[in-house]
Amino acid sequence: MHKKPLSKQIYDARWCYLFVLPCSILTGMFVIYPIGMSWYFSLLDWSGFTKEAKFIGLQNYYEAVNDEFFWDAFIRSFIFMFGTVPVKIVLGFIIAVFLNNQVLKLAPFFRTVIFMPVVTAIAIIGIVMTFVFSPFNGPANKFLMSTNLTSAPIDFLGNPDTVLPTVMGVYVWKWLGITMMYWLAALQTVPQDVYDAAKIDGAEGYRLWIHIILPIVLPFAIVIILVEAVGALNVFPLIETMTAGGPFFSSEVMEIYIFRTAFVTDSGTMPRLGYACAAGVFWGVAVLFITVLQGLWMRRTRRI
Amino acid sequence: MSKYLNFIAEKNQVKYLIITIAFIIFSFFWIYPLLWVLSASFKTDFEIWGGLGLIPDRLVWENFERAWFGANMGRYFFNTLIITVVSVIIVVVTTGMFGYVIGRYSFPGKKILIGILISTIFIPQGYTIIPVFDLLNNLNISKNLIGLTLATAGHTPVIYILLFAGYFSRVPVELEEAAKMDGAGFVRTFISIMLPLTKPVVATVSILQVLHAWNDFLLPVVITLGNPDIRTLSVGVYAFKGEYFVDWSGMAAASVITILPIIILFLFMQKYFVEGVQGAVKG
Repeated sequence: MHKKPLSKQIYDARWCYLFVLPCSILTGMFVIYPIGMSWYFSLLDWSGFTKEAKFIGLQNYYEAVNDEFFWDAFIRSFIFMFGTVPVKIVLGFIIAVFLNNQVLKLAPFFRTVIFMPVVTAIAIIGIVMTFVFSPFNGPANKFLMSTNLTSAPIDFLGNPDTVLPTVMGVYVWKWLGITMMYWLAALQTVPQDVYDAAKIDGAEGYRLWIHIILPIVLPFAIVIILVEAVGALNVFPLIETMTAGGPFFSSEVMEIYIFRTAFVTDSGTMPRLGYACAAGVFWGVAVLFITVLQGLWMRRTRRI
Repeated sequence: MSKYLNFIAEKNQVKYLIITIAFIIFSFFWIYPLLWVLSASFKTDFEIWGGLGLIPDRLVWENFERAWFGANMGRYFFNTLIITVVSVIIVVVTTGMFGYVIGRYSFPGKKILIGILISTIFIPQGYTIIPVFDLLNNLNISKNLIGLTLATAGHTPVIYILLFAGYFSRVPVELEEAAKMDGAGFVRTFISIMLPLTKPVVATVSILQVLHAWNDFLLPVVITLGNPDIRTLSVGVYAFKGEYFVDWSGMAAASVITILPIIILFLFMQKYFVEGVQGAVKG
């Protein structure tokens, strides 16, 4: 086939370019440009509120990798991810399997209830949960004490040992509805005749699930894990409103660390946008690296 | 044809009953925190910390009055409403146009455009927030709702574009050719033939953006740091907690003002919420 010259192709597609323009401008302004700029800012000694900015090369990075709080927050973010994602995946799958039953008449109602926290503003959840887990007559402690599970109230959010598990629990509660919906979508792709045929062949119980249904939903599982893993690294609103990283930084994940060094001036220190950007870039690259690794793993698994 | 895997046999009444009851108990505990805050918003402070019961002695509507007027939640409500509505319009129009072209045409540079877009999917919000803040300052729109609305609309809407592109690519070519025969140009074909066909996607994308705009926290909290007047509801309740931290019932009322509109929207338009969420893994 004869191919038109490039200039003619571009001219013919002039409407196409016009149509992609508005969205491209927005994405450019609020996604692409900020990515580029944060690299530049990370090389500056800059408070963010004055025009004075000094170029200091990689000094911010050097300072970050030598900061104990930086690494604590870094590791804590991954603890958060490894602690929540498997729970969500497994629990979400079990619930989805039950709710996928047509026979269960109340399934739509249960689905709605479990999904409800997902549509609730995350900052509000954080604030309400500080009440729920309050050691002073908070409902959680009241329940535990009235059922004699504990004798003294537990300071869930005030104790460095319990704060992270509590926040992780709330995170799972808040977002489990999404995981369940993902699994429901996956389960609905299992054709009824596959299921019927397996039954005729005598596949029952766990054998049916392991040999017939799991292989069908596996490709979905990989996408779900990827989406969930990246999601679990973005937990700023919940932790900021529940604990603001406290007590004694024991729930400070990476995004809280960035926010604190960039904007919080309570402690009397100057805000340091340049330094916060360096921490952010380091973090962004780490997340990207994990995403790419997972993406590669996904491709390999799909080919098999 | 049924797509469901019925492993609970209809004959097995006992098993069915046990599962149903287990789910009813589970659901109650699951939703208890939300019911608790709803009931707290109608109680007195004393009553809130008094017991686990959900039914208030009498409805204390003054809590809502204090939150709406005293804590300025009324103003924040309209701020949030404006940001949400305008950003939904912007997002639907821009990603709809983008998705249409991506889904139906090929042109030089298309692959690069898609590549750039896909690569931004997993960029954490915390990574871009500081330059966005700086950009709005430099454009002089950080002190009013314009900047916040634009930034809310400008988060990576890749999933929206994919939803539109997928839908548009399945529209039969004949429709478009018929429109061309009638002398309709590119824009008119899009507006009068294509857009009306995509109502379900428009609904899904709108719902997802409503959810995002109404519930967003990091962006508004940073942008409104020095401007209490343009706070959104989420930021307002957070500031409320800092300023009047002993007014529990007022805070519960402020929380209910924030979450109730979306919960009601969800109950009525559940189908689109589900489609939007599931679109992320089906694609």
